[in-house]
Amino acid sequence: MNNFILLSFSTANILSDSVYYVLCGILSVAVLVGIHLMSKVERAQLGNQISALAVALGVIITLIKNDILPLWLIYPGVIIGLIIGLILAKRVKMIQMPQLVALLNGVGGAASAIVAAFVFIELYDGVDFFGKVTASLAMAIGSITLFGSLVAAGKLHKVLAQKPVILPFHQTLSMGLLIILLVLIVLGGFFSFATSSIMLVATILIATAFGIVFSIRVGGADMPITISLLNSLSGVAAAVAGFAIGDVLLVSIGGIVGASGLFLTQVMCRAMNRSLMDILLGKTAARSSKTETELTPEVSEESEEQQVMINPEEVIKNAKTAIIVPGYGMALAQAQHLVNNLAKKMKANGATVKYAIHPVAGRMPGHMDVLLVEAGVAFDDVYEMDEVNNEFKDVDVTIVIGANDVLNPAARHAEGTPIYGMPILNVDACKNIVIFNYDLKPGYSGVENPIYKRKSGVAVIQGDAAKTIQELLNKI
Amino acid sequence: MELIQYILIGVFLVATIVGYKLINNVPSRLHTPLMSGMNALSGITILGALIATGVALNSKEPVVGYIFGSLAIILAMINVAGGFSVTNRMLKMFGKKKEDETTIA
Repeated sequence: MNNFILLSFSTANILSDSVYYVLCGILSVAVLVGIHLMSKVERAQLGNQISALAVALGVIITLIKNDILPLWLIYPGVIIGLIIGLILAKRVKMIQMPQLVALLNGVGGAASAIVAAFVFIELYDGVDFFGKVTASLAMAIGSITLFGSLVAAGKLHKVLAQKPVILPFHQTLSMGLLIILLVLIVLGGFFSFATSSIMLVATILIATAFGIVFSIRVGGADMPITISLLNSLSGVAAAVAGFAIGDVLLVSIGGIVGASGLFLTQVMCRAMNRSLMDILLGKTAARSSKTETELTPEVSEESEEQQVMINPEEVIKNAKTAIIVPGYGMALAQAQHLVNNLAKKMKANGATVKYAIHPVAGRMPGHMDVLLVEAGVAFDDVYEMDEVNNEFKDVDVTIVIGANDVLNPAARHAEGTPIYGMPILNVDACKNIVIFNYDLKPGYSGVENPIYKRKSGVAVIQGDAAKTIQELLNKI
Repeated sequence: MELIQYILIGVFLVATIVGYKLINNVPSRLHTPLMSGMNALSGITILGALIATGVALNSKEPVVGYIFGSLAIILAMINVAGGFSVTNRMLKMFGKKKEDETTIA
């Protein structure tokens, strides 16, 4: 057998232990340098390339160190994965980024779970208690990541219903599964080879159930938090698998990924005024059982008074300063190129135009920025919420495209609604607001937006933004 | 527990803390490429998949191990290759110079 699977040379002695560990240290630092370079837009691409190179070198030294370089049977898998990955990356549209990232999180988690399973069934020699417990933990986290991500990707790709699915006793169920899982993980350390396959199946099944139960109750607005969390988990799964097989690079890089996912999760939680614990325990912003009327904040009583709409063409033509607020609706309508044209036309008229991005606009952190940049918007024109939030009161016009909850003033005072306390864009401070939305229905949160009913200074243009903006462009 | 296991825990803590600090400096407009880049890095588990498959091939019953090992290699490789390549594609867009302002459709 060995003659068949091994070519006739060995690489085991090329790298001594100390050289190997020094190289692992250098590669870990290279990854950190790559991340550091991502703090500046101009150098970010270089940073990513350095990280990629570090992983490639990591693969090579691992192959040499473990004497698997000559095992030609491993290469078909490497090549198949490489080709599939490159095709996916080339074909994906920018609006599909969230589901691609979710899917890739999932496959990474699955790979870690399989690696851990190898340790768990003691394919290796001398697996101790630490090895077995970390292996069963990695199997659990990997399986949660895989199935949580598959459900999230399915929802984003509209293969599954996007509405949150809430089972009876949902919170109890997820807590119960989590506790059983923790027990299984600890017990996993004590089982010997004879029984470990039963433990393996049980751990993976319970973890799978937890991943699904966790993900199915997530709806559109919670997606950025969920994706970030799954991203973190995929890193943790790799790191814990690294503990199980005793691989330094796996532990260090997995740890870095875990930290980054956790950081982005916190950013998203802050942007939605939600605590991480609430999300974990399933207190999502799913539309509460309250009726619509209860959720509706007191809109001015004298609504019989006629609402005076502004003339959007006039206002936009005459504006010298403007802020554009894009939301996920813009991306759904694929209107970002038209929006860019609108901004260009306004600039040609001598106006300054800024884009204001709410942190949770889109379906993953920073998604809206990518969509705008793809449409050719210069990133100097794109501002984060905190950078422009004081300027709404001074600009001549604010143009909202397919955004709702992120500018709903009800978030400031409507206690008990899902968006209460969420930081919002101060669009309502602007004297002229032009809104392109598909309809006037409340956004994902289910809370009506009082801006629509403002008595003056508002024009609401309903319909597919790609059409309505084109019509406006033809008129000005 | 052996020495290597303590070292691994130490490495994990240091990497996590330093990584967290560095990621703090990444501007929010780059959060999507950051996430997909980190996502690609989580495919580092390819190392584990390669080692495990190597061990399986040298064991007494290599077939089942080889099948699962190859599956892990394929999945991890999709993660690494797809992640880095799509991140590169996005960052290339960010790196583009300002489009000519005069081209109005």
